Amino acid sequence: MKPERLELLKSKLQNFTINYTEVNGTPALYITKENIIDVCKILKSDNDLKFDSLLDAISVDWFEKKDRFEMIYNLTSIDNNERIFLKIKLDSKAPAMQSLTQVWGSANWYEREAFDMMGIDFINHPDLRRMYMPEEFEYYPLRKDFPLMGIPDSIPLPNK
Amino acid sequence: MSNTIYQELQDKDSDIKKTKILQALETEDLSVQFTDSLDNEMVLNMGPQHPATHGVLRLLVSLDGETVMKCVPELGYLHRGYEKLAESCTYHEFIPHTDRLDYLSPMANNVAYALAVEKLIDLEIPERGKYIRVIIAELARIQSHLLAMGALVMDIGAITPFLWAIREREKILDLYDVICGARFTTSYTRIGGVAQDVTDESLAATKVFVDEFSANLQEIRNLVERNKIFIERCEGIGYLAKEECIELGLTGPLLRACGVSRDIRKDAPYLVYDQLDFRVPTYPDSDCLARYYVRVEELVESTNILKQCLEKIPKGPHTALQSKKILPKKERVYTKMEELIHDFMIINFGVNPPKGESYTAVESSKGELGFYTISDGSGNPWRMKIRSPSFANLQALAPMMKNCMISDTVVIIGSVDPVMGEADK
Repeated sequence: MKPERLELLKSKLQNFTINYTEVNGTPALYITKENIIDVCKILKSDNDLKFDSLLDAISVDWFEKKDRFEMIYNLTSIDNNERIFLKIKLDSKAPAMQSLTQVWGSANWYEREAFDMMGIDFINHPDLRRMYMPEEFEYYPLRKDFPLMGIPDSIPLPNK
Repeated sequence: MSNTIYQELQDKDSDIKKTKILQALETEDLSVQFTDSLDNEMVLNMGPQHPATHGVLRLLVSLDGETVMKCVPELGYLHRGYEKLAESCTYHEFIPHTDRLDYLSPMANNVAYALAVEKLIDLEIPERGKYIRVIIAELARIQSHLLAMGALVMDIGAITPFLWAIREREKILDLYDVICGARFTTSYTRIGGVAQDVTDESLAATKVFVDEFSANLQEIRNLVERNKIFIERCEGIGYLAKEECIELGLTGPLLRACGVSRDIRKDAPYLVYDQLDFRVPTYPDSDCLARYYVRVEELVESTNILKQCLEKIPKGPHTALQSKKILPKKERVYTKMEELIHDFMIINFGVNPPKGESYTAVESSKGELGFYTISDGSGNPWRMKIRSPSFANLQALAPMMKNCMISDTVVIIGSVDPVMGEADK
């Protein structure tokens, strides 16, 4: 993203407290989870920015006392050929945030995956079910406290 | 826009009149009787073991007569937890696992992964290595698209084009055998280059393949493209409006078949794609036929890229020379003390990239294949997220199938061309 385009993006979002960093040259925006939906609506609908395609949602477990979880959204603008990342820090105890399906339809499966793997609760998600693991599975496998070899008997077998 | 797809699906849910069988199931009343056998909506369970689902994709389809009212894809039958495994592998150890993601084009995954790690440790590889990677990535695209078009046509009922496509694909597997020593699970790239240099003989064999391929492809196309049955079963089937395609985060041939000219090879060139001359085929129709044509024209473009690469490939080293990050050659390990130490350190402790995050995406045959890697400074990645194109593309299956006929479902799955190894990770 060119510097002047980044300035334009900053001016469009000046009403919100956003911390600007970068991921290997790509801008990354730390957004508080309270105004995530408002920011996303501007990013999508603004005619200059036009971030119309949400390509991925990445859940991270930092395994720290404070702000243990983080969601990273991978956004692209097809017309402008630009990419940004949105980052949202989430609580350690009960990670929850507003679902971005309210803005981009593609967030549906990405957030289901994050829910399945990391146990992050997405509020207002239309269909928050497990993506890969069986429905009766109780754990969240990608969390750092889940052992690599799995937990014995965590998937109940049918009775004989 | 965002809500419409899911809203409609949900509305449909409440619209559906509770049929006798549903009421009976809810009340556990076993004495239900049907006077009319067409009185109820049928729920069909397609897969996970079904030849037309191209792997272990499971679809729950609710039918009204022969019309699909609603479709719910279920994933996870091939989930092997690669993202979890990656966290306990060193960066080198994960390379063989990338073969098993999109197992129809393993070379493309190898290249994407190697590029991702190299971006993390800030490494530039020599020109010859880049050209080798472009060659194998384009061979992988041909390999994958041949199967996609062959299987699509076979799902419609034509066996011969499938066999002919597989025959061509077999030649590519033989080429892999010459280039890297394995036909299927290649694991050819290394961090900093490729496992071994390509010989002049293998380049010559690639050239023979490329020269013959155009004519052979035309032979297959002659069988298919003027076939009335094929056209009528594909045209207008699986239509999804351009806005919805973008909304659902589609990439690759599916996006280009609705008129959006997005290709990472052009938009954010990696390797040597900026020095090669090729075009990005697009079609405006956004149906199964358009997707077929996009893939076929990409086959032609890939052949052009291969021709240019085979002419331009320079002499020189194929792997970067940075002994602390890149596995040294075996003959040097056995004779030089320095290399022995580096080899020991890299094998046991990994390449230790600096603390940080990086995202690299390449245009694989299915769409944008990306690796989001978070390093905490140790030899294993802290988090490795695979952005697999098949996973995102499969999300479009439900809206595409709405109100189509049951016989069209196999055509639509074929046109989406999912690989479950990649979608389930």
